[in-house]
Amino acid sequence: MPVLEGKELRIVGFLCNWCSYGGADTAGVGRFAQPTDLRIIKLPCTGRVNPLFVVRAFLNGADGVLVSGCHPGDCHYTAGNFYARRRLEILRELLDVMGIQQERFHYTWVSASEGQKWKQVVSDFTARIHDLGPAAAFSGCPAVPIDMDETGIKAAG
Amino acid sequence: MAHTQELRTLIARELPNLDLVLAWTGGFDPLSSTPLFITTEADLDRLAVGPMHVQNLAAYLPSLKGRKVGIVTRGCDSRTITELLQENLINRDEVVIFGIGCTGAVNIRKVRTAVNGAPVTDVEIGDDVLTVTTGEETHALRLQDVLMDKCYTCAGQAPRMHDHMVSERSGCLATGETPPSSLDLLEGMDARERFAFWEGHMDRCIRCYACRNACPLCVCKDSCVAQSRDPHWVDQSDTPREKLMFQAIHALHTAGRCTECGECERACPMGIPILAMKQALNRRIKHLFDYEAGMDQESTPPLFMFRQQEETIKERDAR
Repeated sequence: MPVLEGKELRIVGFLCNWCSYGGADTAGVGRFAQPTDLRIIKLPCTGRVNPLFVVRAFLNGADGVLVSGCHPGDCHYTAGNFYARRRLEILRELLDVMGIQQERFHYTWVSASEGQKWKQVVSDFTARIHDLGPAAAFSGCPAVPIDMDETGIKAAG
Repeated sequence: MAHTQELRTLIARELPNLDLVLAWTGGFDPLSSTPLFITTEADLDRLAVGPMHVQNLAAYLPSLKGRKVGIVTRGCDSRTITELLQENLINRDEVVIFGIGCTGAVNIRKVRTAVNGAPVTDVEIGDDVLTVTTGEETHALRLQDVLMDKCYTCAGQAPRMHDHMVSERSGCLATGETPPSSLDLLEGMDARERFAFWEGHMDRCIRCYACRNACPLCVCKDSCVAQSRDPHWVDQSDTPREKLMFQAIHALHTAGRCTECGECERACPMGIPILAMKQALNRRIKHLFDYEAGMDQESTPPLFMFRQQEETIKERDAR
C-alpha cells in the first residue's frame, strides 16, 4: 500500500470464525465503508486466543490489537469466550505493567448479523489508535518485517 | 540457637522414615546460603535456619515425586506446596512438612549494594538490625531495608499447614517503614517510562533462564515454549524484545498460580525486578476474582474456570 504509507497504522484483529468473522463479512456484503488499518486473523474461537498472541503482536510492532468473538453465551463451543474473557482481562494488566498502553488493546463481542456494529467497532478502534499514534518500539530492534515469500501465503488476486 | 536445635531434634526423629529432608545450610560466605539435602544424621550438624536462608525449597518437590521427602517450610513456601498439591504435582502423603516461623528473608543483593560490594567477613543478626562486617568496616543495616520484596506483602510467617512445628521463636523482627518496591516504582511511571524501564532492564538480561529454572511452578522442564522451534515463540536474537517476550510468557503461564515466592527475582544474576510483573497480575486477579494462589487447596484457579455473569468485568466501548 505505497499510497497509504505512513498514513496507516498496524492493527491486528483476532476474530472468531463463527461470529465476528461472519460479522465482518456481513459488513463487507452490506458495503459499509471501514478504515483499512485492520489486518484480520481468523481463529476458530476466542478461546483459541492465547494472550501471548497479543503480546507477540505488540512486541513485533503492532500499534493496536483487537480481539472479537461471539457474545458471551453464544459461543459455538459453548464456553470458549467465557475463558477468553477472563484471560484477556488479566492480559490488560500485563500490557499495562509492560508499558504498552491498555487503550491499544480492545476485546469485544460482535455476532455474525451485526455488520453495522462491526463497522462501528472498527471505525472507533482505528480512530482511537490514530489518536494514540504509533506504539513505542525498542530502539535497535525495529518492527519485524514480514517476508511474504517465506510465509508461503499468496497475495490475493 | 534454640530453634535450630529443636528443628534438628524433630528432623532426627522423623529421618528414618524419609528418603531425604530439604533444608538450608551456610554458603560460601556469611551472607549466602545453599540448600542442604539431609540423608543421614551427620548432615544435621550443617543445618542452619535464619534470615539468610532464603531459597524456596518447595521448588525441588515436583522432581522428587514418588519419594518420601521432608521439607523445612516457612509461610510463603507453604503456599507453593499448596499450589503444587492443587495441581496434583506432588502427593501430600509423600511430604513431611517441618514448619518454622519465618524471621524475614534477606535480599542478599541489597546487602551487597549497601556495603559497596566489599567481601563480607561476618554477619550478625540483631532484633531488627543486620550488622555486616567487611574487613575493617562494620555496617548496621535496618532489617526492613534489606528484605526481599515478597516480605513486604507477607501473608503469614508460619506455614499454612505442617506436620511438625518448631515452637521456639516466631515472628518477623523487621520494624519501621517499608521501602518502595519495584512495583511501587512502576506505578509512578507512565506507559512510555515503563516501556523504557523494561527496555533498560531487559537489555542487561543474559538469557540464562535462571528465573524459569528456579520457579517452583515452571514444571514443563524440557518442553518449555521458550526453547521450542515449532511454535517459535521467541527467537535467538539478543534483543530486549525477545527477552521481554520471555518474561511475558513466564508471567502469563504462572498467572493465577504464582504465589509470589520471589525465586525468579532472587535467582536472577543480573538483579532484574521481574517479580513486579507477577505481582501486578496477582493484584489484578485478587481484585477481579478475589483469589490468591496457594491459600486453599480445594479452590479452582481463576483461569481454569468462569462465571456466566462476571460481575467484576465491565464491557467497554471501542472508542
